[in-house]
Amino acid sequence: MNTGIPKWVDVILIPLLSLILAFVVSGLVVLSIGKDPIQAIKLMVYGAFRLNDGIGPTLYYTTSFIFTGLAVAVAFHAKLFNIGGEGQAAIAGVGVTLVMLAFDWPHWTIALLVGTLAAAAFGAAWAAVPAYLQVKRGSHIVITTIMFNLIAGSVIAYLLVGPLQANGSLPESSRFPSAAALPTLHDILGVVGINFDRFSDANITFFMALLAAVGVWLLIWKSRLGYEIRMFGESDKAAVYAGISPVKITMIVMLISGALAGLMAVNTVQGQAERLVLGAVEGAGFIGIAVALMGRNHPVGIVLAAFLFGALTQGGVELQFEMQIPAQMVIVIQALIIMFTGSLENLVRMPVERLFTRMKKRAA
Amino acid sequence: MKLLTTLMGAAALVGASSMAFAGSHGGGATPALIFDLGGKFDKSFNESSYNGAERFREETGIEYREFELQSDAQREQALRRFAQQGNNPVVVAGFSNATAMGIVAAEFPDTDFVIIDMVVDAPNVRSVVFAEHEGSYLVGLLAAMASETDTVSFVGGMDIPLIRKFECGYFQGARAANPDINLIGNMTGTDGSAWNNPVKGGELTMAQIEAGSGAVFAAAGGTGRGVLQAAADAGIYAIGVDSNQNYMHPGTMLTSMMKRVDVAVYNAFNDVNNGEFTTGIIAMGLAEDGVGWADDEFNADLITDEMRAAVDAARAGIIAGDIVVHDYMSDGSCPVN
Repeated sequence: MNTGIPKWVDVILIPLLSLILAFVVSGLVVLSIGKDPIQAIKLMVYGAFRLNDGIGPTLYYTTSFIFTGLAVAVAFHAKLFNIGGEGQAAIAGVGVTLVMLAFDWPHWTIALLVGTLAAAAFGAAWAAVPAYLQVKRGSHIVITTIMFNLIAGSVIAYLLVGPLQANGSLPESSRFPSAAALPTLHDILGVVGINFDRFSDANITFFMALLAAVGVWLLIWKSRLGYEIRMFGESDKAAVYAGISPVKITMIVMLISGALAGLMAVNTVQGQAERLVLGAVEGAGFIGIAVALMGRNHPVGIVLAAFLFGALTQGGVELQFEMQIPAQMVIVIQALIIMFTGSLENLVRMPVERLFTRMKKRAA
Repeated sequence: MKLLTTLMGAAALVGASSMAFAGSHGGGATPALIFDLGGKFDKSFNESSYNGAERFREETGIEYREFELQSDAQREQALRRFAQQGNNPVVVAGFSNATAMGIVAAEFPDTDFVIIDMVVDAPNVRSVVFAEHEGSYLVGLLAAMASETDTVSFVGGMDIPLIRKFECGYFQGARAANPDINLIGNMTGTDGSAWNNPVKGGELTMAQIEAGSGAVFAAAGGTGRGVLQAAADAGIYAIGVDSNQNYMHPGTMLTSMMKRVDVAVYNAFNDVNNGEFTTGIIAMGLAEDGVGWADDEFNADLITDEMRAAVDAARAGIIAGDIVVHDYMSDGSCPVN
């Protein structure tokens, strides 16, 4: 995006203006159902950031969205569209469940390490098949990863009413041993004397997500492999000419992408539910696409966008609780915000760009 | 800084209001109702619990709070939130909430909780379970007698033991009326979306009609709308579920297998309001009128005297214990298929 506008405008001002526009339109929607839009927006912000039971769930959702957003972004740098985060994370949940139930864990640190490895391995494995089909058979990865989401859903439904089911009637696995429970933010922040909400699901994987973001930044912009990935993404023919194997790059990128998507299962399955339930991914795989888009496929942008989406999810819950705004309406509001900040971006970008080029001309 | 003070002010407000709520415990209800995935107006399970709550509101003038679940992680959050703010009782319909309720009920021993369709063993929880197999048996009997073909069929929502229980009871009833009848059963899907997929429900029904089905029973939440529509289009009999759905397509709606979730919700609200709340398991079968077949002006022309006599006899037989309908969930298998 070489448009000559300052970077801060590109990464801060334009998203901010889009967000304001989205809130205005959402306000009109709230008004149309006879509720107070100012109160709704206040409540959404307050509900998402309130200390204790607001920020906790927000950070929990954020953690998942960072992982899935990074997964989409890494693939996108090689111009591969990984729509399969949903399925990769779901299968990773199976991986976490299998290892958690297999051993008596002496300490959570070991459980976290092994759980993380299992999640990454299962997520990567689920992404490997579409990647292989893309490079060897030319089956388009968008189609195959979507299909693999559905297959993953069916596999889990089978496992949860069959081999992994705990008791006769609930489609859930057994509970993990309590020694495998991850420390929550309440536990961690308690050490430094901060009394964080003890019911919140946010846990240590939030910090893992931030580390993963740093890792992705190092990978994409500071490593040789990252250079190859970006080059392959810019022009696969030039990459081949430069001696980069498309097969190798596609496979590696998709394995990394699948592993990142899989890591969110550590947050949801091991950190929150402590057992495998149906629908453990809750659409985070798809939200990851919007997160990556909004975050410009850059780790910093992704962390910020994931935080916004986390806040939207939790704020939306608040609207339902406190104002009794119907759930469908809340989804409309969330969708409007996503639409304005994601796909209708040019609505804001073009006037702002024009403004800045004019200012530049005048200065010159 | 301004923002911070606003936030703190608001926090104090919430704190104060929740204390006010907590004071009203013991007689007098401040009820809260949680709807399961599938939506409040699914013309079925959730809508039935909504109707029960509305009836309570109209009769007593007491408002209730509600929350529609959007995802699995919200189950605990919603239960805890309502309990924290002093709502009593907190009622949730849907088997998937059992684990969450077990956790939250232990945190709030002074709050009355009600779960419908599942048993949670805690001192402050009332578990309401229905004998769906008994009601399904009756509609199966009617289906087999009414069907103009030698086949009847079933469309389930999500493939879970509870829905298998409906199917198994239905099949047993159909076989009781006609030992040679063919039975077709299909499930819509394997995840929560199977409760709200009328298009697929319609497709499954059309396939069953192709295979010769003369009557179809939909136990599929919102998906059932598509099933009933497809049956009406093809002119075969259809049977609704949970709520009385006879009015939806008069002429092809043979009956509905009523599951009185509304009564369970209404009773829960009312019992707390009158200070008569009890915990433990409440089983609602044919004898308690917790399940049954819908008999109203919309299907009066479809039910012959012979059918009415047969279904009344079966109902009496089940209540007396002369007819034992096998419960799929007791051993995970069905004697007929």
